[in-house]
Amino acid sequence: MQLAGAAAPLKVDITEKTFRSATGVTIVALRGLSFEVRRGEFACLLGPSGCGKTTTLRILMGLDRQFLGSYQLPEGGSNRVAAVFQEPVLLPWRTVEQNVRLALPRNLRDKDLNSLFGILGLSAMRSLYPSELSLGLARRAALARAFATEPAVLFLDEPFASLDERTADRLRRLLMTVWAARPTTALMVTHNLREALLLADRIILLSPRPAQVLGIFDVPLERRLRDAPALDNLVSAFHKRFPDAV
Amino acid sequence: MIASGSENGVSRTRRAHPVYRGIGALLPALMVLTSLLGLCLVWSAAAGIWPSRAFPPPLDVWQVLLKEAASGDLGYHLAMTLWRVAAAYVVAMVVGTVIGVLLGTHRRADSFFNPWLVLFLNLPALVVIVLAYIWFGLTEAAAIGAVAVNKIPNVVVTMREGARALDPRFAEMANVYRLGPVDRIRHVLMPQLQPYFAAASRSGIALIWKIVLVVELLGRSSGVGFQIYLYFQIFDVAAILAYTLAFVAIMLLIELLLVQPLERHATRWRRRPA
Repeated sequence: MQLAGAAAPLKVDITEKTFRSATGVTIVALRGLSFEVRRGEFACLLGPSGCGKTTTLRILMGLDRQFLGSYQLPEGGSNRVAAVFQEPVLLPWRTVEQNVRLALPRNLRDKDLNSLFGILGLSAMRSLYPSELSLGLARRAALARAFATEPAVLFLDEPFASLDERTADRLRRLLMTVWAARPTTALMVTHNLREALLLADRIILLSPRPAQVLGIFDVPLERRLRDAPALDNLVSAFHKRFPDAV
Repeated sequence: MIASGSENGVSRTRRAHPVYRGIGALLPALMVLTSLLGLCLVWSAAAGIWPSRAFPPPLDVWQVLLKEAASGDLGYHLAMTLWRVAAAYVVAMVVGTVIGVLLGTHRRADSFFNPWLVLFLNLPALVVIVLAYIWFGLTEAAAIGAVAVNKIPNVVVTMREGARALDPRFAEMANVYRLGPVDRIRHVLMPQLQPYFAAASRSGIALIWKIVLVVELLGRSSGVGFQIYLYFQIFDVAAILAYTLAFVAIMLLIELLLVQPLERHATRWRRRPA
């Protein structure tokens, strides 16, 4: 959160991030990782499992401060950060609606959320407890919580993991609908190339650990044109540019 | 439908078999009543076989109870004991919870203070009470403080376990979404600690009221403990039993009418068995 200028992009410049394992061995998770996400852009961090994608996100969310380097978050909206975690992380003792409202600043707790719940198909589930939801619905509630705060930047950490492909696909399209209704600078972590190609404006390709940027892939196609055959073409275009990746 | 307790199911069933449902709901209560009646019969029979002033039959105890209640003594002493139990309970739970959560979340502090905790856990209640009266005089505050100090280590141990079991993911969510300290305590921390708090409360109330009697016996001039001491000096067992049973009955009512409904409310979000 250093030096946030107006209309600034998300700027990441992490010199080094190390972990100390239980046996005392030092593991370098990230080294010389730097990239930018332009304002209002949806970017994907794509890389093999365990390359340090989630670590990067945790640093940007302010959950991990033990690193060398700096980053700058964009301003705008509520000036807040929102996150959709790998698991929904809803408070089980609060209803869906209470979970969403709790994430809002106090003076906005009573804000009208009808349209957001409507878009995400949660209107009938507002008073249910998370244990009464399927995983797909719980993830929708997590998306609702993130978008309700109208964040300056949105972080998504493999939000469609461990869902069956049909549910995941429906959720991806829902994500695009809410995102289109309120475009937000967003950074999503994934290891699924097709998912990244479907959702992102640009893909930041990471190397295996310690993570570095291997290259940037700007998806040249408008989002609404990305149907199955178009995605196949994008995949082969991607592989042509990065023959060794993923 | 009936088992799940959904609004519709229940009302429909009620309309269909009102009598049947009424009996079904009363059955456990009937069982308890029969069981207690059985105990009274055994007691009565035993007292009939060995008649003695030191072992009065239930009817005598009942008569003493009515007499004491009519004179107002019973109500006054029960109220005094009950207020001491409540005060000691609140102090012990608040102090014990705060210390327990701090120890559970700070490993260094925990390893430093653990020996103190073991010491206090093993300190006999009587020693604490006597020392409290010597140091702070025969006052109400000393009495309640002594009871609380006896209970606090137990609360600390239970709440420390609870704090160790806190889910870090919820704390991270609260960090990212910038929840304020009040919201964190109310919506994130307390619901996670609730089962541990309930466990500490349950074991706490029973322990506290027993210690309160000792405190009253040693240094107060009111309360059930004081009355028991009084009747002990004139060997009036019927009165001793009358006071004891009256207080046990009150604790039972508190459990049924206060603790259990509160607990049901606190755990309403858990998946009900379908």
